[in-house]
Amino acid sequence: MSQALKNEQDLKWVGTRPLRPDGVDKVTGRAKFGADMYVPGMLVGKVLRSPHPHAVIKSIDTSKAEALPGVRAVVARDDFQDMPSEFVPAGEMLVNYKDIVRNVMARDKALYDGHAVAAVAATSAAIARKALKLIEVDYEVLPHVIDVVEAMAPDAPVLDETLFTAGVDPAPDKPSNVAKVVELGLGDVDKGFKAADVVIEREFDTNPVHQGYIEPHACVASFSEDGQAELWCTTQGHYVVRSHCAKLLGMEVSKLRVTSSEIGGGFGGKTVVYLEPVALALSKKANSPVKMVMNRDEVFRASGPTSGANMMIKVGAKKDGTITAAEATLKYQAGAFQGSPVQPGAMCAFAPYDLENVKVTGYDVVVNRPKVAAYRAPGAPISEYAVECVLDEVAEEIGMDPIDFRLKNAAKEGTHAAYGPKFGPIGLVETLKQAKKSKHYKAKLGPNQGRGMASGFWFNIGGETCATLNINEDGTVTLLTGTPDIGGSRASVCMMAAEELGIDYDKIRPIIADTSSLGYTFLTGGSRTTFSSGMAAVQAAQGAIEELCARAAKIWEIDVDAVEWEDGHAKPAGKNAGDFEPLSLADIARQAGKTGGPIAGHADINAQGAAPSFGTHVVDVEVDKETGRVTIVRYTVLQDAGKAVHPAYVEGQFQGGAVQGIGWALNEEYVYGEDGTLENPGFLDYRIPVASDVPMIDTVIVEVPNPRHPYGVRGIGETPIIPPMAAIANAIQDAIGIRFHELPMSPPKVLKAIEAANGGGE
Amino acid sequence: MDEMRYETPESLEDAVALLAAAKGETKILAGGTDLLVQLRAEMIEPELVVDVKRIPGMLDITEEDGGFRIGAATPSAEIDEHAGVKKLWPGVVEAAELIGSVQIQGRASIGGNLCNASPAADSVPAMIVAAAVATVVGPDGSREVPVEDIATGPGETSLAKGEIVASIFLPARPAHSGDAYLRFIPRTEMDIAVVGAGISLTLDDDGTCTDAKVCLGAVAERAILVEDGAKALIGTKVDDDALENLAAAASAAARPIDDKRGTKEFRTHVAGVLARRAAKIALDRAKGN
Amino acid sequence: MAKHHVTTTINGDPYEFLCEAEETLLDVLRDGLQLTGSKEGCASGDCGACSVMLDGRLVCACLVLGAEVEGREVETIESMADGEQLHPLQQKFLEHAALQCGICTPGFLVAAKALLEKNPDPTETEVRYWLAGNLCRCTGYDKIIRAVMDAAVDMRGS
Repeated sequence: MSQALKNEQDLKWVGTRPLRPDGVDKVTGRAKFGADMYVPGMLVGKVLRSPHPHAVIKSIDTSKAEALPGVRAVVARDDFQDMPSEFVPAGEMLVNYKDIVRNVMARDKALYDGHAVAAVAATSAAIARKALKLIEVDYEVLPHVIDVVEAMAPDAPVLDETLFTAGVDPAPDKPSNVAKVVELGLGDVDKGFKAADVVIEREFDTNPVHQGYIEPHACVASFSEDGQAELWCTTQGHYVVRSHCAKLLGMEVSKLRVTSSEIGGGFGGKTVVYLEPVALALSKKANSPVKMVMNRDEVFRASGPTSGANMMIKVGAKKDGTITAAEATLKYQAGAFQGSPVQPGAMCAFAPYDLENVKVTGYDVVVNRPKVAAYRAPGAPISEYAVECVLDEVAEEIGMDPIDFRLKNAAKEGTHAAYGPKFGPIGLVETLKQAKKSKHYKAKLGPNQGRGMASGFWFNIGGETCATLNINEDGTVTLLTGTPDIGGSRASVCMMAAEELGIDYDKIRPIIADTSSLGYTFLTGGSRTTFSSGMAAVQAAQGAIEELCARAAKIWEIDVDAVEWEDGHAKPAGKNAGDFEPLSLADIARQAGKTGGPIAGHADINAQGAAPSFGTHVVDVEVDKETGRVTIVRYTVLQDAGKAVHPAYVEGQFQGGAVQGIGWALNEEYVYGEDGTLENPGFLDYRIPVASDVPMIDTVIVEVPNPRHPYGVRGIGETPIIPPMAAIANAIQDAIGIRFHELPMSPPKVLKAIEAANGGGE
Repeated sequence: MDEMRYETPESLEDAVALLAAAKGETKILAGGTDLLVQLRAEMIEPELVVDVKRIPGMLDITEEDGGFRIGAATPSAEIDEHAGVKKLWPGVVEAAELIGSVQIQGRASIGGNLCNASPAADSVPAMIVAAAVATVVGPDGSREVPVEDIATGPGETSLAKGEIVASIFLPARPAHSGDAYLRFIPRTEMDIAVVGAGISLTLDDDGTCTDAKVCLGAVAERAILVEDGAKALIGTKVDDDALENLAAAASAAARPIDDKRGTKEFRTHVAGVLARRAAKIALDRAKGN
Repeated sequence: MAKHHVTTTINGDPYEFLCEAEETLLDVLRDGLQLTGSKEGCASGDCGACSVMLDGRLVCACLVLGAEVEGREVETIESMADGEQLHPLQQKFLEHAALQCGICTPGFLVAAKALLEKNPDPTETEVRYWLAGNLCRCTGYDKIIRAVMDAAVDMRGS
């Protein structure tokens, strides 16, 4: 569908900052999140997890647990049907049911510290905990591997004897930990490097980081004796949860109704299932509702972080700043099952630039760590971090300002991206130009301070989306969408519907519908919610308007073509149509019963036309040379939003993404011991930024409208996490003249490098 | 099954009797900021938890002989708000203030910080350089124990079965003296000290250091007094050379381990840096008196 | 072992409840009394999502035993608004879009209220350090800090 974009001056709601419709419930504590549901007769479910990173599960004896008074059900591997290997989309990633069932409940092997091995449902948490201790699991501990490079070595312990590398010719005859090799490119990189005046090649390592949502996974499942079930859970996509659970439990989809609670953060990590199928299985066995809530330790040990990686990046450029060739080798940890985001990582690596010669090779590698889940622009922050660091070094080598260097090579409308498409109108150049002329970029730096910048790219997606817009008898509107609201999207979707209908924003009440009340809607992910649910809401509104006009025509007894909708009213279209007082939406709604029944609009679409968002970040850091501490002194995010429907929530996404990136850059990492167990599964030692760690995050919203969205919207949620790591690394280089090639740049590493540079150290 | 008992005695005698009579593991609950975490993680499964906060004096700060007696369960926030203690031993108050967030401050006590016996406990090096003395009450009566003799190793103390730290006495401070405590953490808040350094020093009338105490946290199995660090300061004007010697002595005394919070070499180096920086603050304070 | 019978005051109302010795105040508030505004993010005092006032002191409800609140006064997010009238902090959080997912919001509000009662005119740095015990993963803190500073201005003015 294409439609002319609305003129800026005609917009009444889009671009303003109204209060969010769910706001009061969230500041009073009334909003119900995953763990806030209590139902009569509810049991407490808890999971027994493997203490070993890699072990054969020889036997599981649950008899003592089952005999404990108060225990109502115990489940383990035999309670879940095995699944054939089949890939299905989940967020921006693919999942395989053979792997999902094994991740939800270990079968032949435990593949990471924290892997679920059995679960119980009991009448109290204390009894459930005691029951877990009575389950006897006989493990045969195997050698483990958690490092991606080590996992690729020929003598590495193999996690899955049935895993043969895909994407190589000839097909391998031996299993390995390399699940897949992906390649993409343009032109001839060898030729390109020969044409370069400067070639820089560097190796990078990053550590897995966790999404770190404050709300742990939680659900309540209630399986009825008639085979129907209800599930309440915190998720980014309850339809996806329904699909997965129905598949894993062998249910018809219509028999499972999933309601999404308010969601306490997800960032990609709540796009898959962990507890939900287990709670359903326990509930079915116990014939009672079962509530399951992870504790923080379980969240870190058993839910998906994103990949750690090892990368080689090589970039060649001419003295005038033209990049002649770019090459990347990306090795991403997938965790215990295949499916790292190396594919999007490979596609994004050089996407911000207009290049002739590109080659990217990616490896998807299984290791004895929790299966990775999507994390905000999955894969992209890792590869783009490494690329943006090398670009900074190339710019320095040829003596060019890093922004000018990027401007020289920046992708623009018509650029053929190495991963395939030609870009439409995009805003990278605008973000770079505004960064260059910003006060921040020109400000004077203090002692031990440095400034860095980096850019970032993310695709954004559309996808299957439904909306129903019910016109109520008093002229108010109820808007049903199926994308869980993770950060204010109900407001932005309502604003677009209000704009379309020509009524006040607060006359529309939005509801996130359950899976039985609205058609299949893909999850909140890929920065698609404001784009796709907004598009669906607009189309539903247009459908309702059509019907409102038809009713007005009926009341006036004129032809429907002679009625037009303007500013919330049906009006005769021109003088020839007749002389009638305009009818407001409320006027028509009041008479709906007499004119043909209730009025509603629906949209059931596969939203097309998602457009990428580019951003540029500028950061100042100060380095304490005696302790290696890096302090973020000043930070500016500049990003193309297409059109910022609710600018406050756009700024919030920019700021939140930047601070997650600051954490990734400086302190966040999974720390494993020699024994392959996670040593920091808590917020004490998995150090996400606290309020006193960061300054205000300045934002500049660039608006290059997406011509394929009725209001010009681009997804904006993911791009902001991409540039920070490189921008900070580049700023540290500017401050102390040392380039870091490893994340996080934590004080011990920074101090060690400073000492080494001073010729000291131990 | 052996369920945990929770008791709230209203006198030290009753508390001691409860602890002494218990057969299994016992724990004292003051602020609970360590204890409850350990309970929830099932690291400990005590038979008896004795909440000492209803015992008179446990939450009080009283002036005594020019110093202050602080009830062992007094939350850090109360100490922070006590103008007298803050004026007398600012380093101790700063250290107590560093124990966790404001929420933790509302509960965490210096008695608990001491008896939890973490090598990284923030208030302990500061109390040690302040020459603080713990009053320990047990089945055999009461004894006075220098704070440095309470912890013996990670999670281990010299307290006998049934013994409770009832209060901590911060003595009067000599004229022309100052104290300070600094720690290093990766973030600005909410972390456990990777290194901590407490310093107290006394000057004579012309600014020569006559007495000093240097104590490091998180670089050994417990907080350690660095005699050579004190020697590096005593007899000097605490000039740059003396401070460098202090730093070297502190680094030399550190015997840390590699763990998730820091490396050996990092801790060793930063121990010197923090000792030097803390000494400068203590010196300024001493001069200001 | 018998449960503890606890008589206490929560949000100004008298309450009686039974709890096991190991149960925390947060367990009691949520599972027992279904005052679910206080959230459990970590159960170890590291995230501040369960911030409540206990006898006028800001604490994490996950680090207090239920049995400890015998005879004490507890205030939770549920009593922050005065009837239909939101507290200025609640209003400013809405106006500044200081929440995205909202799971940390009750804890931030309770903690910020405690700050402004103690220090009606805090600097940005003071606000940041006071709120360092409350983790937010969505906002990057910017709008939260602005909302608190703005509420402080309002509250000083009234």
